[in-house]
Amino acid sequence: MAHQINVFLENRPGRLERLTGALTQAGVNIRAITIADQEGFGVIKLLVDAPDKAFDALKEEGFTAYLKDVIAVIMNDRPGGLHEICRALDREGINIEDAYGFVVQELKTALLVVEVEKIPEAEEAIRRAGIRILSDEELYRL
Amino acid sequence: MAPEKDFWNPQVERLEREELVSLQEKRLRETMEACSRSPYYSSLFRREGIDPARFRGLEDLRRVPFLEKQDLRDNPSTYFLTVPLDDMVRVHSTSGTTGQAVVIYHTREDIEAWAQLVARCMYMTGLRRSDVFQNMMGYGLFTGGLGFHYGAERIGALTIPAGAGNSRRQVQLMLDFGTTAAHIIPSYALYLTEVFEEMGVDPRRDTRLRILYIGAEPHSEDLRRRIEEAYGVKAYNSYGLTEMSGPGVAFECLQQDGMHLWEDSFVAEIIDPDTLEPVPEGEEGELVLTCLHRRGMPLLRYRTRDLTRFLPGDCPCGRRHRRIARIKGRTDDMFIIKGVNVFPIQVEQVLLRLLGVGSNYLIHLEKTGTRDEMRVLVEVTGEIWHGDVRELRALQQRIREELRSEILVTPQVELVEPGSLPQSEGKAVRVRDERKD
Repeated sequence: MAHQINVFLENRPGRLERLTGALTQAGVNIRAITIADQEGFGVIKLLVDAPDKAFDALKEEGFTAYLKDVIAVIMNDRPGGLHEICRALDREGINIEDAYGFVVQELKTALLVVEVEKIPEAEEAIRRAGIRILSDEELYRL
Repeated sequence: MAPEKDFWNPQVERLEREELVSLQEKRLRETMEACSRSPYYSSLFRREGIDPARFRGLEDLRRVPFLEKQDLRDNPSTYFLTVPLDDMVRVHSTSGTTGQAVVIYHTREDIEAWAQLVARCMYMTGLRRSDVFQNMMGYGLFTGGLGFHYGAERIGALTIPAGAGNSRRQVQLMLDFGTTAAHIIPSYALYLTEVFEEMGVDPRRDTRLRILYIGAEPHSEDLRRRIEEAYGVKAYNSYGLTEMSGPGVAFECLQQDGMHLWEDSFVAEIIDPDTLEPVPEGEEGELVLTCLHRRGMPLLRYRTRDLTRFLPGDCPCGRRHRRIARIKGRTDDMFIIKGVNVFPIQVEQVLLRLLGVGSNYLIHLEKTGTRDEMRVLVEVTGEIWHGDVRELRALQQRIREELRSEILVTPQVELVEPGSLPQSEGKAVRVRDERKD
């Protein structure tokens, strides 16, 4: 199972800098990052090459972090690519809680990372639609 | 001394000191008699070997152990009743949910005695039947609303039960009915000046206001003067607490120099909160009160946690009921916001209930413009969070709602990272009060 790290962060100067500092120190490479900003606080989602190492480093630094199960799928980099995935999940009544995409140069393709509640069902639905899911090793090795 | 017509109850208000003390002693004996009929006091008297029949003077009272707020929480209120519950006609309580609230029962006579006390206070400061009194305090279980309402009605003033909030309407009511006197929380009085301004109404010129009663919140002399200036009125300080029925325990006279504590209705002691010994006359300490006016649920030697001192000398108004100084603060960490007493422990309990674990938190009190604001900062730890953003939003919302129902004030809730709040070394810092008048 692939993991991303969700980190609770106060919305004030220097916080993000401390977080990236801790990851740099641990030698962790960040693949993708999103920030969900709320009033006064935010949740940073990090896709990294070594989630466990990153998680430990952040805990060590006093951050409240959570290892979140996610599904990373290869998205056809053309019109309708995202739609295929959404349709596959929707057919099974699976709600996407959060998602973000990014392009991977080496693979010349795009990846979509999705957070859903029912992970096994979601994986099943995606596979059935002929969409490839990256294993965690593949994901971290990017 | 002022003429008799200036006193609501001249027989009591004009008593000389010795007469007052002998009245206290007589009423104390009656109160002790009544107490011995309550389960709580009968067992206490037995345990302490106190015989109310042999009670002579005020010094005998010192044999009765102090009553703590916790005693009122630990025992059902009915244990303190000297008459059957059926004889009770009213209940009031302090803020807090069922488990924490202190509940006080009143008989019809108790309500009347209390109403008479508040009437005495209001009359003393010049309220008459020709006045129009707007009561801008919350009604309900809170005693500030109904206490003043009854007092004003006893005097015969036209009483507007406006209740709290609804600022524009408050101003409109003042204009419509020609309000001459109002009861208002001091911080709200300041805030309301902004509303007046928005509405283009000058409280000095456009209203008939001449008296404000400001209580329920400790405030400084400076704040009082600012309120008086803004409204063009005399503002009088009021002191009371639910456990002693409510407002009407002590009140300023026209001199505005200390609050006369009604010694026909209360025995007041001031003690050192650490040694529990009486402080030398005139020194500051914790006020301890014994009710002489309440028969259904009398309380003896109740520790109010309020810090004050007796003022020396006789008041030019002629009343020999001793005066206490403006309440300086609390002996524990309770704080008052928007007229409501709040203990940090109440906040702690809500957090514990919602989060399932004790979380580090800080209560931040500050003034925004003229309003008191309460912010509760809660550390988000791994135990209470499972990675979801919406979860945090929901948590924030629930903490706010639960706190509102617990303490009757809606705080802002801020989620902060672990370690960003002051760490507890020994006694944790739970309240940071940055309100200044």
